[in-house]
Amino acid sequence: MKSLGSIRRDFAPWNDPNAKPYIQFDKVTKKFGDFTAVNNLSLTIFEREFFALLGASGCGKSTLLRMLAGFEEPTAGRILLDGQDLRGIPPYKRPVNMMFQSYALFPHMTVEKNIAFGLKQEGMPGPDVEKRVAEMLKLVKLEQFAKRKPHQLSGGQRQRVALARSVAKRPKVLLLDEPLGALDKKLREETQFELMDLQQELGLTFVVVTHDQEEAMTMADRIAIMDKGEVMQVATPAEIYEAPTSRFVAHFVGNVNMFEGKVAEHTANATRITGATGAQIVVDNGGNAAAGSDIVFAIRPEKIKVSSKKPADAVNALEGEVYDVAYLGDMTVFHIRLDDGQIVRASALNASRVTEDPLTWNDRAWVSFRPDAGVVLTR
Amino acid sequence: MTDIAATASPSTQTTTLPARLAKGFVDRLVIIIPYLWLLFFFLVPFIIVFKISLSQTAISMPPYTPVLDFSDGISGFFAGFRELNFDNYTWLTQDALYFNAYVTSLVIAGISTILTLIVGYPIAYGMARAPATIRPTLLMLVILPFWTSFLIRVYAWIGILKPEGLLNQLLMSLHIISQPLVILNTYTAIFIGIVYSYLPFMVLPLYSSLEKMDYSLVEAAEDLGCPPIGAFWKITFPLSLPGVVAGCLLVFIPAVGEFVIPDLLGGSQTLMIGKTLWNEFFSNRDWPVSSAVAVILLLVLIIPIMFFQQAQAKAQEQGR
Repeated sequence: MKSLGSIRRDFAPWNDPNAKPYIQFDKVTKKFGDFTAVNNLSLTIFEREFFALLGASGCGKSTLLRMLAGFEEPTAGRILLDGQDLRGIPPYKRPVNMMFQSYALFPHMTVEKNIAFGLKQEGMPGPDVEKRVAEMLKLVKLEQFAKRKPHQLSGGQRQRVALARSVAKRPKVLLLDEPLGALDKKLREETQFELMDLQQELGLTFVVVTHDQEEAMTMADRIAIMDKGEVMQVATPAEIYEAPTSRFVAHFVGNVNMFEGKVAEHTANATRITGATGAQIVVDNGGNAAAGSDIVFAIRPEKIKVSSKKPADAVNALEGEVYDVAYLGDMTVFHIRLDDGQIVRASALNASRVTEDPLTWNDRAWVSFRPDAGVVLTR
Repeated sequence: MTDIAATASPSTQTTTLPARLAKGFVDRLVIIIPYLWLLFFFLVPFIIVFKISLSQTAISMPPYTPVLDFSDGISGFFAGFRELNFDNYTWLTQDALYFNAYVTSLVIAGISTILTLIVGYPIAYGMARAPATIRPTLLMLVILPFWTSFLIRVYAWIGILKPEGLLNQLLMSLHIISQPLVILNTYTAIFIGIVYSYLPFMVLPLYSSLEKMDYSLVEAAEDLGCPPIGAFWKITFPLSLPGVVAGCLLVFIPAVGEFVIPDLLGGSQTLMIGKTLWNEFFSNRDWPVSSAVAVILLLVLIIPIMFFQQAQAKAQEQGR
């Protein structure tokens, strides 16, 4: 038997052209009066995938989830689950279950009865229900709380009950709306890994809606970044972070430095960029932007090296002055004001306890980075 | 440090004893006022009524004896006190009229309450699920009838229900019936009158409990495979029970003692305790017996009120 880790490592059906999509949003539009919540959106999710919809509030991610659950019908377009068009199928007949943001636990029922609710609806015989409920309680480690009412539980315990209730029916797809939003930071981090293990163990397809990028990056196989009802990019967490395809995505996930500029020239294996304020940058992945076109060069702070002297071998080195220093323990964040006025954020990992090249406020400093450290964005 | 102490001490000294006593008094006053209200406007009148119910009827002013006062000194007061007895209560048990009146009142109030619940629940549900912008308007429409005199509204029903009234005219012009329906002066008219008059008392508590219910609970039930009707009975209705109980008691309690509606709509042959009480008091001028009727009525009503309070305490304990 394969370990959970190796299953996760080898799992990449989105790269397989023959893989059959499991959930398909096909040119889906949803309007509420004049407001377009989801705009002509197409998206494919694969079986057993842990898929995250990431975006700011009001970007349409929850609407997408509610359409999949059946609480909203698309204004236009189709949603397919395992090849079946879901249009007109009411929520209580869909093989998907949802974990609500508010948990929506039935306050007048015990934990046990909450978990058994869905099983009884499908007419499962009594002894089987009891067995499954016991199994679920064990899964979420709440055996001794079976007879409690929801208001007698802590936030974290309620979250587990909600989770147990939504997976009790073994749905084909589990929808999670901000599943960890109400938990405190520490509990949230623990629960992220528990959710991942649970998903692997049960072999379910998870679609999670979140506004927390760290949560999405930690848990998801792939992330869809949404903005104003449209998908900006769908990719693995690493691709999203290292190879964003738009300014929006680069800005939305993590910290980034943006250099406005033009493509000066393409050479054999490099592209030279002239920044709007005069900086000359050479990159080896200039993309297909034509020479002379306006572009943005985006680079993450940790890819930038800060030093007091110009590094001898650096392809890209810009001079400036230390404007701000923030010591965070595991790393130090520098804000360097370049001589052309632009402020660059750079972070240095504090790998040793003593810094060899200490830099402080108002020191002259050089920022340098490799030609493959950033990406060129055309939109 | 000394600066702070110097500036702080005068103010703390002035606010300590007298201020704290004054504050304690104000705090207590807040509790004392409602208790005083209950004492003077409920307990004292009740004791007077109870005392009259233990007296005997007499042709005098006031029309009962003994009258307890201190004109003959304390011994005279106690001599009068010894004359009090429970004869009137015994009398109530001997004449089947009173027992029947109580039972009829309870049955009519009970049936009316159920009818009001059946009519009121869909109204309250519709209001609670209406867009938030029009809810205040709907609430206003429910309360609006109170702006007209209760008596006038009941009289209006006579105009609607009488044999040549609006309802019969309408049904006959639509050829649904050929003979006018006899509704006025029947129990049906009493039910219509009570349901109409007390509907807001049912709708408002139901609305308030339905409105604060989290609709995602119903969605969760549907998501777990429960069709909408099942979700209503398994989720919405049980969670609205505090509202159902409050609404039913608010209708049931005044309906038991209702006098105007049976008198105006129910005609002469209907027997309800409110009307019996009125007759004893004004026609027979038998204050002691009518007081006894009133005391028993109060006891009959206190029991459902106690249930109500228990239900409320339970709901509060559950944190809802």
